[in-house]
Amino acid sequence: MTAKPTMIEFRDVQKYYGDYHALRGINASIRAGEFFSLLGPSGCGKTTLLRTIAGFEDISAGAVLIDGKDAALIPANKRPTNMVFQSYAIFPHLTVEENVGFGLRRARLDKAEMGRRVGDALAMVGLTGFGKRAAHALSGGQRQRVALARALILKPKVLLLDEPLSALDKKMREQMQVELIKLQRQVGITFVLVTHDQEEALVMSDRIAVMFEGRIVQLDDPVTLYRRPKTRQVADFIGTMNFLPATLLSDTTDGCEVEVAGLGRCRIAPDQAPPGGNGQDTTVGFRPETLTILFDGQAAAARETPGTVEEVVYYGDMTYYDVKLDGVASAVRLSMRNVPGRPVLDIGTRARVAWSPDALVLFR
Amino acid sequence: MRGGWFKVYALVYLVFLYAPIILLPMFAFNDATVIAFPLSGFSTKWFAALVDDPLLRDAVRNSLIIAVTTAILSTTLAVFAARASTRYRFPGKAGLMGLIMLPLVLPEIIVAVSLLSILLMAGIELSILTVILGHVLICTPFCIAILSSAFQSLDRSLEEAAYDLGETPFSTFRLIILPLVMPGIISSLLISFTISLDEFIIAFFLAGTQATLPVYILSQFRFPQAVPAIMALGTILVCLSILLLGIAEFFRRRGLARSGAKDTGGFL
Ligand SMILES: Nc1ncnc2c1ncn2[C@@H]1O[C@H](COP(=O)(O)OP(=O)(O)OP(=O)(O)O)[C@@H](O)[C@H]1O
Ligand SMILES: [Mg+2]
Repeated sequence: MTAKPTMIEFRDVQKYYGDYHALRGINASIRAGEFFSLLGPSGCGKTTLLRTIAGFEDISAGAVLIDGKDAALIPANKRPTNMVFQSYAIFPHLTVEENVGFGLRRARLDKAEMGRRVGDALAMVGLTGFGKRAAHALSGGQRQRVALARALILKPKVLLLDEPLSALDKKMREQMQVELIKLQRQVGITFVLVTHDQEEALVMSDRIAVMFEGRIVQLDDPVTLYRRPKTRQVADFIGTMNFLPATLLSDTTDGCEVEVAGLGRCRIAPDQAPPGGNGQDTTVGFRPETLTILFDGQAAAARETPGTVEEVVYYGDMTYYDVKLDGVASAVRLSMRNVPGRPVLDIGTRARVAWSPDALVLFR
Repeated sequence: MRGGWFKVYALVYLVFLYAPIILLPMFAFNDATVIAFPLSGFSTKWFAALVDDPLLRDAVRNSLIIAVTTAILSTTLAVFAARASTRYRFPGKAGLMGLIMLPLVLPEIIVAVSLLSILLMAGIELSILTVILGHVLICTPFCIAILSSAFQSLDRSLEEAAYDLGETPFSTFRLIILPLVMPGIISSLLISFTISLDEFIIAFFLAGTQATLPVYILSQFRFPQAVPAIMALGTILVCLSILLLGIAEFFRRRGLARSGAKDTGGFL
């Protein structure tokens, strides 16, 4: 993986809109051929950063390098990047065929070659036979595919996608996610995706950059990002995480020792205790699925705390419980898979909850 | 009967609006010189008289030259102004647009008188050209109003998409923007043509010896025997207006259909 060359590099990129500091020093590299996502809440600057790659936005300071060349020297219409717009931006007065073939106009291909390449592009996105349709007579999912085919026909080095799935309904979105992943593997082009949907980012990406307020706060692969978020903000944004106050007892190169109120002493591995801060008051976090309710007859676990069920949310395949553990100040959320023969507990039930110190992440 | 008075009101309103227009063709095809009932007999002689009138032919020619030139000039100017005002931000934009749109609410007589005094001061001879100048001044705001809404409803990312796919700003304008605002351009042309064609005050003040159609028509009312011929001329003008309106509406609807937008009601 790491052997792949860099396709896009941000060097301390700054962007001001008047007085507003939209990008506050972006440093990151996107590797050739990877599926890279920019994830963050609304207004954090994802679109702005994506548009600096496309060339629609000038930067105030720093540099963007595309395939080793300073992008500032290449106008947007000459960059080896193509974009799929959030609104799709399908040309309404042209047919599907004319839309998809639009980028080839300048290449002055003969009719047969043109038809072949447009046909290939349409086949790639599963729209064979739709070429003669008027662009406005398409469904949302079909427009999405036309936009993809149109952007890919020039074989760009980088494909930029700004929230391409946000206008689709849930079913369609999940189907397109899978198709996009397959498509990316098939064409091998670098994809840069902007999304505010953490699940979408986790499902699709090789690596994810999490942005808050004009900065990249963490850049990791989905597994690391989910298991070892570097800050509470990131942990909160991606999935659900329980937080409990903890006192830092010792901090050495092979881990930290903390005292979690109500849970006792725990050892946390160094990669789950990112450095920073210097006080004793810290927070530990753990995901709902790292806690388990032990039913009658199940063997005792190494670490186990009794508690009372306060809330039950049934999801079909999963049940989420809020459990008030004895001695712990606030209720924690845990999730259990619903397997045959396992009951759904009622509110007020007493339960044994097993947990593991290995799953704890330290925030300071 | 519910809404009875409202129906009566609507009926009176429509009669008031359209009765004079219906009277036009009735007297245009009437055999008599006096405009009065009862009608005496069918005749097309007033139309024949029109064709033979050299003064009228000159007036029609002048009006057409003025209206066509005005339509093209004011629409062209408005395309640039509307594009600039909807797409770019520049200092003093609000004030500048306000000044450009001002003739829309300025009494025409003021425009006519002030233009006339300046032209006289500058020693420029009054002619068709000076009328065109005045008409462009009053038509451009209408064209800008029409074209601004056309440019406004353009999705900015359409331009960016074309640019992203390798086109230059100029070819993007030609291939994407122009076709999409074309319905707006056509209505702008038709409306400025119509405004110019029946504009009287500026044409009267600035035309010198080259009378336009409205100026000619008013002058003919001094001669009672010429009135039936004016009725015939009016009939032709009404038909022409309906035709132009129909064409404008056709293009408006086609534009909507092509861009797949919902029809929010036009003027037909
Ligand atoms: N042209 C502009 N002029 C002024 N401010 C702008 C402009 N474009 C964006 N901004 C501001 O910059 C910030 C970042 O905008 P951006 O569009 O990059 O956000 P985003 O992360 O894509 O959000 P969303 O998820 O809502 O699309 C926002 O606060 C926005 O208001
Ligand atoms: Mg955005």
